[in-house]
Amino acid sequence: MANEVLKVEHLDKYYQKKHVLHDINFTISKGEVITLLGPSGSGKSTLIRCLNGLEDFRNGEITFEGKKVIPNEKNWQQLRQKIGMVFQSYDLFPNLTVLENILLGPTKVQKRNVDEVKQEVDKLLQKVDLLDYKDAYPRQLSGGQKQRIAIIRALALHPEFMLFDEVTASLDPEMVRGVLNIIQDLADEDNMTMIIVTHEMNFAQQIADRVLFLKDGNILEDTSGKEFFKNPKTDQAQEFLQSMNF
Amino acid sequence: MAHSGINVLFEGTNLTRLLLGMWTTFKIAAVAIIIGLIIGIILGILRTFHNPILRFVLRIYLEFFRIVPTVVLLFLFYYILPRQMNLHMPGTQVAMLVFSLWVAAEMSDIVRGALISVPIHQKESGLAIGLNKFQLYRYVLVPQAVQLELPATINLITRVIKTTSLLMLISVMDVVNIGQQIVEANNQKYPTGVFWIYGLIFLLYFLIDYPLSWWAGRLEKKRLEQTNGE
Ligand SMILES: Nc1ncnc2c1ncn2[C@@H]1O[C@H](COP(=O)(O)OP(=O)(O)OP(=O)(O)O)[C@@H](O)[C@H]1O
Ligand SMILES: [Mg+2]
Repeated sequence: MANEVLKVEHLDKYYQKKHVLHDINFTISKGEVITLLGPSGSGKSTLIRCLNGLEDFRNGEITFEGKKVIPNEKNWQQLRQKIGMVFQSYDLFPNLTVLENILLGPTKVQKRNVDEVKQEVDKLLQKVDLLDYKDAYPRQLSGGQKQRIAIIRALALHPEFMLFDEVTASLDPEMVRGVLNIIQDLADEDNMTMIIVTHEMNFAQQIADRVLFLKDGNILEDTSGKEFFKNPKTDQAQEFLQSMNF
Repeated sequence: MAHSGINVLFEGTNLTRLLLGMWTTFKIAAVAIIIGLIIGIILGILRTFHNPILRFVLRIYLEFFRIVPTVVLLFLFYYILPRQMNLHMPGTQVAMLVFSLWVAAEMSDIVRGALISVPIHQKESGLAIGLNKFQLYRYVLVPQAVQLELPATINLITRVIKTTSLLMLISVMDVVNIGQQIVEANNQKYPTGVFWIYGLIFLLYFLIDYPLSWWAGRLEKKRLEQTNGE
């Protein structure tokens, strides 16, 4: 496939003796949005952390934009500029202002021109209504604001591909929408390739081109979003959707 | 009583000599603190790396300077090592050397402790935006560690200043040594002089150390307030 962004083949992950991911295989094409669903402990976080080198894996291969990834720190460091990731915990750097947080990657890692990046960041901040907080420190922001900044920090690197790990899970309910809207816009306006772990089922259904359903480290279903929510094939997936009141 | 004890301070050049002694003390402490902190920060960072040999060697270094009493270290470097290695250093320089090495050892532990208590998420989100190891330490981990460790560092500094009172043992003309000489020379004329001399020394040490320890306390309090507010 010409516009394949990422291909995972036969990936196995162990924590010491514990086998947490079993023979994972899937591909994601340009512009595609995958939601990765599954019960707690099924290995969702572990899987997406493998995709940007935060976890090492035992067997298997990852191919990014047609090139096989040789998993060493140096290669991952290069790739992480193209593979953005946002986590559940708000992890802006508390010692830096909002603007400094966002500029760090583009200016220090990518060595881009500071003024140019600043202009671009202003636009991004404007879009999510946070331009006034440019010089604030993270502790002065609400959870939802922090999470929006974390997304912008990742986007400022111009990634080809974004990973989201339950980015709304620790937010107060009224903050959730704002963060999800940004992700939705990324899909609609920027045609961003994404893998999203979420327990917001409505959102998942709305945004997913495809669903990967993970249970005990196995991909039990790899199907279109429509299909998964209408006709889940496996009992485990049906059970899961029921448990989410869906 | 013909002579009030306090006059011992103003007899001849006594006061100037005491203040000069304090200056020597201060100089040694300052040099040791600056050099020690710089080396200590570097060693502390190295101690968070996963290289087992490096960690082991640095650990031994820390334990050595922590377990061996400072007096023994001073003797060792002033009397014993020079004789073995045939190199002579004046007491002031020995003091600066010993104190620097000691501060570096203690500081390495403080820095290491602070670095490993920066939450793992911070490290991961640094990596996730493509920072390399050096950039991660430079922009994320070290600045946060410094904030965590500042009170402990200031406390270390006050301990260094206090411990300089041992310097007379290797014949450094520090404030305590000079004070002792003045007391002995004036014992006949001012029997109560000892109280005034040591009283002044106490005051000088207090004036340097108290603001530092007050500052450390305040920072600690502020940090607690801030983390509670998170
Ligand atoms: N650092 C670790 N060391 C050992 N085991 C781990 C570690 N991290 C995760 N695990 C285990 O690996 C399995 C998968 O965990 P993972 O966090 O990937 O699940 P998850 O699907 O993201 O769950 P949740 O929905 O609760 O976030 C679990 O059994 C978990 O206990
Ligand atoms: Mg998880």
